[in-house]
Amino acid sequence: MKKVTLEVNGKKITKEIQDHAVLSVFLREVLNLTGTHVGCDTSQCGACVVHVDGKSIKSCTALTVDLQGSKITTIEGLAKNGKMHPMQEAFKKLHGLQCGFCTPGMVMSAVDLLKNNKKPSDTEIREWLEGNICRCTGYQNIVAAVKEAASKM
Amino acid sequence: MASLVGSRVERKEDKKLLTGRGKYTADVNFVNQAYAYFVRSPHARAEIKKVDISKASKASGVVAVLTGADISNDKIGGLIAGWRIKSEDGSDMKVPAHPPLASETVNYVGDHVAVVIADSLDEARNAAELVKVDYKVLKAVVSTQDAMNSDQIYKDIPKNLCFDWLLGDRAKVKEAFDKADKVIKIDLINNRLIPNAMEPRAANADYNPSTEEITLYTTSQNPHLARIIISAFNGVAPENKLRVIAPDVGGGFGSKIYPYAEEVVCSWAAKKIERPVKWVADRTESFLSDCHGRDHVTHAELAVKNDGTFLGFKNETIANIGAYASVFATVTPTYLFGPCATGVYKMPAAYSNVKAVFTNTAPVDAYRGAGRPEATYTIETLVEKAARELGMDPAEIRMKNFPTQFPYQQTLVHSVDSGDYVTGLNKAMEVGDYKGFEKRKKESASRGKLRGIGLCSYFEACGIAPSPVVMMLGCGIGLWESAEVRFNPTGNVTVFTGSHSHGQGHDTTFAQIAADQLGVPIENIEISHGDTDKGPFGYGTYGSRSLTVGGTAIVKACDKIIAKGKRVAAKMLEANVDDVEFSNGEFVVAKSNKKKTIGEIAFACYLPGTYGEVKSPLPEGEEPGLKETSFFDPANFSFPAGSHICEVEVDPETGETKVVKYTAIDDFGTIINPLVVEGQVHGGLAQGIGQALYENCHYDESGQLVTASYMDYTMPRADNFPDFDLGFTCTPATSNPLGTKGCGEAGAIAAPPAVMNAVMNAIGTEISMPATAEKVWKACNENKKTNSEAA
Repeated sequence: MKKVTLEVNGKKITKEIQDHAVLSVFLREVLNLTGTHVGCDTSQCGACVVHVDGKSIKSCTALTVDLQGSKITTIEGLAKNGKMHPMQEAFKKLHGLQCGFCTPGMVMSAVDLLKNNKKPSDTEIREWLEGNICRCTGYQNIVAAVKEAASKM
Repeated sequence: MASLVGSRVERKEDKKLLTGRGKYTADVNFVNQAYAYFVRSPHARAEIKKVDISKASKASGVVAVLTGADISNDKIGGLIAGWRIKSEDGSDMKVPAHPPLASETVNYVGDHVAVVIADSLDEARNAAELVKVDYKVLKAVVSTQDAMNSDQIYKDIPKNLCFDWLLGDRAKVKEAFDKADKVIKIDLINNRLIPNAMEPRAANADYNPSTEEITLYTTSQNPHLARIIISAFNGVAPENKLRVIAPDVGGGFGSKIYPYAEEVVCSWAAKKIERPVKWVADRTESFLSDCHGRDHVTHAELAVKNDGTFLGFKNETIANIGAYASVFATVTPTYLFGPCATGVYKMPAAYSNVKAVFTNTAPVDAYRGAGRPEATYTIETLVEKAARELGMDPAEIRMKNFPTQFPYQQTLVHSVDSGDYVTGLNKAMEVGDYKGFEKRKKESASRGKLRGIGLCSYFEACGIAPSPVVMMLGCGIGLWESAEVRFNPTGNVTVFTGSHSHGQGHDTTFAQIAADQLGVPIENIEISHGDTDKGPFGYGTYGSRSLTVGGTAIVKACDKIIAKGKRVAAKMLEANVDDVEFSNGEFVVAKSNKKKTIGEIAFACYLPGTYGEVKSPLPEGEEPGLKETSFFDPANFSFPAGSHICEVEVDPETGETKVVKYTAIDDFGTIINPLVVEGQVHGGLAQGIGQALYENCHYDESGQLVTASYMDYTMPRADNFPDFDLGFTCTPATSNPLGTKGCGEAGAIAAPPAVMNAVMNAIGTEISMPATAEKVWKACNENKKTNSEAA
C-alpha cells in the first residue's frame, strides 16, 4: 500500500492504495467515479479514457502510484456548474451515443483532440478515435458530433 | 400540440450517459459483497477426473469454492434451449444437459468448472489458480463442415446432430429445377462472429435471508425472461422471491438475451453464503463464453430461365450451434432463417434444409439479425452470380423478380403485409448514382485502385409473432409484449414496458408515442424498464421487436386510459360520454366549450369526491386511480425491407479493401424518431461491414480460441468507414396501429452481401468473408497469374 495525493475533478484527494492499482480501478473502486468504464483487458477499447494533466490517456494503463501530484479529469468532471461541455452537448444533439458504454472514453478522447487540433477534418477525427471502439453507432454521428463541438468551441 | 412522432427528438437518456451518471451492472456495489471468479476449462473437450479445491479453499480471503458437485447436490437445474425443433423425419431435436458448473465433462474452452468466491477480486482470482482440475483430454470437434463425421461428443447424440430440419417441398423444387434453363450454384461460409457488446457481461446478486429474496442485477436484454428461467428451470428461487434488474446495459446485439451460467451461479451462491456475490467478465472471458453468432456452411442453388426469371431455390446448410443448445440457438438457423431464405423475390418453389451440429466451441446463438443475415447473404450472392452468368445487370434481375402486389404470400411461410421493393431499389440507384459508377471506377483506376459495386435487396421478418403460432412451431414462450401506463395524481406519467433498452433509445421514442397519445408533454413522461419488481412481465428486446410489439402495447394502454378518462370527464362535465371527444390532452364536450385536461382527470381519479374547492365525483361503479395495462400480441411479423448499394476500392498491391460509398434505402414503415432510426442503421451497417471485411472468430484444430482479445479479433474502428448515405421509403405495416416495422437489424442483414458483391465485382473472383487484405491480395495475385498465363 502506498499513499498517493491527486487532484481529481478539481478536488484534492489523498488515499492509501495498492501498488498495483491502475487508475481505472482507483477511480471506480476507491473514488466511486463509475463513469470511467472498463471494456477490455488489453488497453484497446478506450472506454476508460480520462485526462491526466490535460492529456487523454487510457486509465487502465497507468499505475495510480505513478501519478503522484497529477491533475485528473474524468467524465464526471467535464460539465461545469451543471452545464454540459460543448462536446457532451454535441453528442446529445447528433445522437453520438447509443448504449453509452464507450461514451465517456469517446468524449474524453474527442475533447483532447480539439485541444490539439481546433478544426479537424473527418479523416483526422476518425484516425484520432481509432483507439476508442464503439459497437453501436457506426461512428458516423460521433464524427459529426466532434465537428459540431469544434464549431462551438 | 405538434405531433412528436416523426420528430428528431434528442434522447432523454443521454445526459446521464454523457456525464458519467449511468448505472451499469458493474457500477452496482452492495455492502459486504464478495467477488466471484470462475475456473474455466482450458481444454475444448475433456473428462473431469477430479476437482481438488483443498488449497484454494484455504487461500487468503476465500469465502467459498463451489463446484459442479455442489450445484448438482443443491439440485440446481441446467441451462435451457428455448425452442424445440423437429427434424424432417418427425423426431425431436437432441440436446445435451448443460449444467451451470460442469461436473463430468467440459465441452469448450471457457466452460465453467468451479467458482471461487472471496472478499476481494484479487483474492478470488489468485485462489482460482489453486483449484486443481484433473482432466482427461479428449479429441475436440471443431469444424462445422466435418462435425457429423467426427468423434461423437455426447453419448446420446449420434453424428453430433441436434436436428436435421426441412422447410419447403423437395418434390416441387425438383420439378422447378427440371424446367430450368440454368442452375446457379454457390458454396458459402457465413463466418463466425463474436458479438462484443462494449459492456462485458456482469452479475451482482444479493440475498436477504429474512425475506428469502434474491435481487439479481445483470446485463440482460430481458430481465423477465432471465427471472422465469432462473426460477422455473434452474430452480434457484421461486419467481416471487427473485427480483431481476437490468439497469443501464451497454449493448447486447443478442448476446445478452440468455441467462448464462454466471447469473445462475451468482444467485445460487449468494443464497448459499448469505452475502452478495459480484462477477464482472473480463474481455477474454467475454470472448470465450458469450454466445457467438452465425457459423454456417451452405450449399445453395437457384433455378433460372434464360430471361432471368427465378423458378426455384434450394439451400443445404450446416449450422454450428457450439457445445450446448443455448436459448435461441435452435430457432436462429431454422424459423428465423429458412422462411427468409428466398429473399425479396417471387420464388415458385423452395426448400431449406438445415443440419444443426454440436462442436467443442462456445454456444452459438442469435447475433444482430439472427438467421436473416445468413439467409440474405446466401440469396443475394446467388442472385448476383445469376446476373453475372446470365449477363444481366444485377439491378435488372432483381427488379424482374420482385413481387409488386401486397400483401404478398411467399412460397415458404410469410404473408408480407406491405412493401414496395421496386421503389426502394430505384431510390437506392438514384441516391447512390448507380449510373455514374463507371466514371468513378475509371477515376479509381487512375489511382491504381480496383473499384467494385455491389447490391443487396433484402427483407426481414421481425417482431416474431403471433404467440400461438410461434408456440406451435416449438417456441417455449409467447412473444407478446406488455405496457402499463400509470398517471401519477399530479398529472405526470410513468410508462412501464416489458421490453428493454440498451442503446435503442426507448426512453425517448416510447415517450414520444405516449406524449402523442395522451397529449402530455414529453418532459412529464418517464419510461421505466428493466426491473421485474416494477412493471408487468414482458419479453424484452431482440429481433427488432420492441417498437412494433412493445410500442403498440403502450398505444393500447393509452387507449384504455382515454376511454376511462372520457367516462370520468362526462360525469364531471355533466355530459353524455358519447359526446366527449379527446384530442391534444383535452376531453371536450362536442359543440361546447366544456372541457377538462387529462391532468385534471388524473387528479380527479385519485381524489374522487368533494373536498372544499375540489369537486371530482367519479361515475358510479368506476374505480379510483388512473393506470392501465395492455398485453399486445401482434397478428403478424413486421417486414422491413430495402435496397443497399456498396462501392469498395481495393488496392491490388496490398489487398486492402475500403468501403468508399454506401447507400442504404430502407422501408421501416412509420418512423417515430429519424435521429434514432438513422443511428440504428449506422450501427447495423458497421457490424455488417465488420462481418464482410474484418471480423472472424477463429478456433484452432484443438479448439483453442485464437481470437480471444481485441488484439486478435478485428473490431471495426472509426477509420474503417465512410459516411453512409441513408434514405427511406414508407409502406406502413398493417399489423400494428403505429404502422412501424423493426429497424435494428437491417444494416447487419443487408451489408454483408452488398459489400461482398462489391468486392467480387472489383476483383472478379469469389472470395469468402471476411475479405481481409491477405485474402484479397492473394486473389488479386492469383488473377494476375491466370491472366499472364492466358496471355
